[in-house]
Amino acid sequence: MSGFVALIRRDLTLAARVGGDVLTVVLFFALIGIVLPFAIGPDRPLLTRLAPAIIMTAILLALLLAIDRLFRADHEDGTLAAMRFGHLPLEAVVFAKMIAQWLTTALPLLLATPLMGFMLNLPPALLGRTLIVLLLGTPALISFGAIGAAVTVTLRRGGLLAPILVLPLCLPTLIFAVGALDDTAPGSADAAFWFLAGIALLATAFTPFIAAYTLRLGSE
Amino acid sequence: MTKTAIPGANGPDQPEMAPGSSAFPPAFALGCPRLAVRSLECHRGDFAVFTGLDLNAGPGEAILLRGPNGAGKSTLLGALAGLFRPFSGQIEWLDCDPEIPLTHYLHMLGHLSAVKPSLTVSENLGFWRTLYGGTGDPDEAAFAAGLDGLEDIEAGVLSQGQTRRLGLARLLVAARPVWLLDEPTAGLDAAGEAWVAGLIARQIEMGGLVIAATHLPIALPETTTVTTLTLAGRQLQ
Repeated sequence: MSGFVALIRRDLTLAARVGGDVLTVVLFFALIGIVLPFAIGPDRPLLTRLAPAIIMTAILLALLLAIDRLFRADHEDGTLAAMRFGHLPLEAVVFAKMIAQWLTTALPLLLATPLMGFMLNLPPALLGRTLIVLLLGTPALISFGAIGAAVTVTLRRGGLLAPILVLPLCLPTLIFAVGALDDTAPGSADAAFWFLAGIALLATAFTPFIAAYTLRLGSE
Repeated sequence: MTKTAIPGANGPDQPEMAPGSSAFPPAFALGCPRLAVRSLECHRGDFAVFTGLDLNAGPGEAILLRGPNGAGKSTLLGALAGLFRPFSGQIEWLDCDPEIPLTHYLHMLGHLSAVKPSLTVSENLGFWRTLYGGTGDPDEAAFAAGLDGLEDIEAGVLSQGQTRRLGLARLLVAARPVWLLDEPTAGLDAAGEAWVAGLIARQIEMGGLVIAATHLPIALPETTTVTTLTLAGRQLQ
């Protein structure tokens, strides 16, 4: 077993044993879906129109809520420093942790999305496209979040700083993700979809290098 | 289940491992490099923690770093490990294969033990073995660290001293020639201190290089080549 797979497996094991963190993220996501229909009132067409935007916003906030712990625990118990001497380059460590983070936060959210769509009166025909857009958008959001987490890892009380720091970076992803779900304008929806795909590819490709560089600087 | 006697497991005065018994810890995969440090100056923040430091070391040597708090012992270890760049001066690791990253020659034990509380003792060691590309058996390492019988227990329930032992056992699952140790005996009992001394003595005997920062005296055998380097600290400069 390579170090890369071992690290992903370790992070999944840790998430499964601690458990509460995964549940918190999904509950936070679901709560937005429960509360907003009450706030908007009994206007089903309006809710249908807003559903994609609400789902994307809820996903963004839930992912950013969880991103702070990406490197924090490993930094605080010395694991991150010890991993610098492993056979896995720090860039690969970051990438492995991003994959594990996606599996433990984004994947549960994706699984909860059909329920969310039901609560927000999302047209069933749009659900498949929503899931595909999420499949593209969540890696981009986790990438931007990972950069924020790497920047704030040495701060004793990073807390909400990382989400606030990377929120501006995440806005294009949000805009294009919601745009790709606009079924009133198919042409611009397709363009938004490909923009989203481009952002996701670039962000995922470059983040391991940026975050690893930041982590190296942070340890000096 | 029988375990082979681990030299140093119960103190440095234990008889050496009988020839022919299973080799643990295994031999180094890489040759031991030599270290040459010339007029090194390191800064923490705005002030210089030490200046004009010279140090030469090679296979089979132990260097003990001493000095008051803030004298730069940990800073020196970090600089030697390549974790941060010195302000001026040179650190050279000679006899290294340029194709292999320096970090593959080194074990660095910081003051944090890098133990995951929700993984078991052998899961912790198994993870480091894979990540470090080591060949040492995690259960044997746990046994050597005096954690036998606790292999399947979550590391979170270990005491502070046992956690430190588990942190040290990480060095045994992957054999590497150079050990950089920061206060290796902190939090250990007398038997633990003797065990660490035995580990260091064994590492040196195998032709390794150990550089350890420590306040507590480490009782190494008389035959070991020990150089003590005392860092003066700021107030004496």
